[in-house]
Amino acid sequence: MHNKHYSNQQLESIALNVREHIIKMSTGGGCFTGASLSAVDLIVYLYAEFLNLHNDNLIDPDRDYLFLSKGHDVPALYGTFAELGLMEKERLANHLSINDHLYWHPNTNIPGIEFHSGSLGHLPSVAIGVAMDIKIRAGKNKVICILGDGELNEGSCWEAVLVANAYKLDNLVFVIDRNNFQANMPTEELIPLEPLQDKFIAFGSAVTRIDGHNYNALRAAFENYPFKKDKLNVVIADTVRGKGLPSIERRADRWFCNFSADEVQQLLQELHGEHSTQLTSETLVVR
Amino acid sequence: MSYEELLTEMGVADERFIAMTAENRALIRKLPQVLGNRFIDTGITEQTMIGAAAGLALRGRIPVVHALASFLSMRAFEFIRTDAGIPALPLKLSAFIPGLLSDANGPTHQAIEDISIMRGIPNMTVFAPADEDDMVKMLPQIWASPQPAYTRINTRQTSYVHEPFELGKAEVISKGTDVMILTYGLLFEQAMIALDMLKDEGLSVGLVNMRSLKPVDEQAILEAANSRLLVTLEDHFLTGGLYTIVAEVLLKHQKTANVLPFALNEKWFKPALLPAVMQHEGFNGKKIAEKILGYQTEHIQPEILKPQFAE
Repeated sequence: MHNKHYSNQQLESIALNVREHIIKMSTGGGCFTGASLSAVDLIVYLYAEFLNLHNDNLIDPDRDYLFLSKGHDVPALYGTFAELGLMEKERLANHLSINDHLYWHPNTNIPGIEFHSGSLGHLPSVAIGVAMDIKIRAGKNKVICILGDGELNEGSCWEAVLVANAYKLDNLVFVIDRNNFQANMPTEELIPLEPLQDKFIAFGSAVTRIDGHNYNALRAAFENYPFKKDKLNVVIADTVRGKGLPSIERRADRWFCNFSADEVQQLLQELHGEHSTQLTSETLVVR
Repeated sequence: MSYEELLTEMGVADERFIAMTAENRALIRKLPQVLGNRFIDTGITEQTMIGAAAGLALRGRIPVVHALASFLSMRAFEFIRTDAGIPALPLKLSAFIPGLLSDANGPTHQAIEDISIMRGIPNMTVFAPADEDDMVKMLPQIWASPQPAYTRINTRQTSYVHEPFELGKAEVISKGTDVMILTYGLLFEQAMIALDMLKDEGLSVGLVNMRSLKPVDEQAILEAANSRLLVTLEDHFLTGGLYTIVAEVLLKHQKTANVLPFALNEKWFKPALLPAVMQHEGFNGKKIAEKILGYQTEHIQPEILKPQFAE
């Protein structure tokens, strides 16, 4: 039951614009560039097609909900909101300004953002509470929570999976942005997660694993919602950190980026396939 | 010397040291190569890291534990209280981006209650260096102490050269009869600016870098209370930090003072880049000086203003 249907070309075009916005935010203080580029296609698909959520029903209790637990994705969310008309595009220029609320982590001063995040492993349980109430009221709303794979280190994520299955929350979807990196390290080198699908299944969930950059695969997965009666839905979306920018793809040191204005121009050209970029900025910092 | 160089030197010299992190490596990137299996990264698992640090300490190790200040102090709070506080094990907690240093991250990353909750744990000691020079002078003694310790990591570079450190002692920069400013951490730099501006106005102003918040230098606080106005300046909630410490010390010694606190009162600070945050929240040197001057003019002027200044 989609609120809209887009062609793959249309979704790709929106996603390209969102990637441009992210690159433009990766200067003058910077943002979580690599971390948010992996989630662009997921976020664009979910808001464009899957979720019953638009400008007119942002606070309607019958709307669908998306919780961004992996707060580092928020530049992708700002960009998607701007492209889909949930936020004025001009506002993106206020990134990190004291006069607006577009900072490094999600916050509810931005209409459409359901809850603040930044401390990992909090929103799975918040999403559970919302899904529980919808069940109690026999509502039809869908509840999505996007988690980072590194975030799965936090024990609270696994408590949430246990509780969601105990309460048979089949109206809830945990989407794992599986880009294979934590902040500084490949996940499998530090705290291995695989076989990830088996772990969620062992905890009682219904799991689908897909290519998180393929719109047909995203559609095929989410069209089967709820995946199995009485079980938490889990989508493991295999993604690429830095997707769309070959010079930063799959690099541990391109998690948080603060590029020079010149590098931003080069990266915008790279995004459109014009030429590759030579990056010299020291980008990996604690955020 | 940098923080990383200090930890490298200590770690190489003394095999009791273990560097631990919950996947926050920005300040300790070279340590895995230097310390080998005495570098332990548990991933994004602050609670498990603290429990493991306690286990290591049970075996005679001194774990220097790294995470973001907000997650270290709060997410792992009960583990710190129970696994480090109750047995008084020497866990050395290195808390990154404390206070205003989290600038544009947002409230989830703001450690502005950390002094309060950490000093509430019996056996825990609490420290807040003014800059990297101060920190590097403080940490060898903090790490050599047998007690658990929480330190606000501050790698800001300033031109000020600090005095040697002694546990429980403040660094008295200067004394004044009109105003005494007590501060710690990042805001020391701004207090120095305010100090100069107030001196230019003809006031006798002093400044104390509190640096050791628990144990605290009670004598420095009592002496500061002899000035006409005692100012507490901190990037922390008003409740539980330096303002509260000063109140407790004054009450204990049955002394009163005019106290003007600078702190965050019942609110998180507005996220943006650091200079804008300091300006917006009234924590830069100029705003601090203006507020102190205004307070004096309103409340204390007849006693302290010199005749030529009153013109």
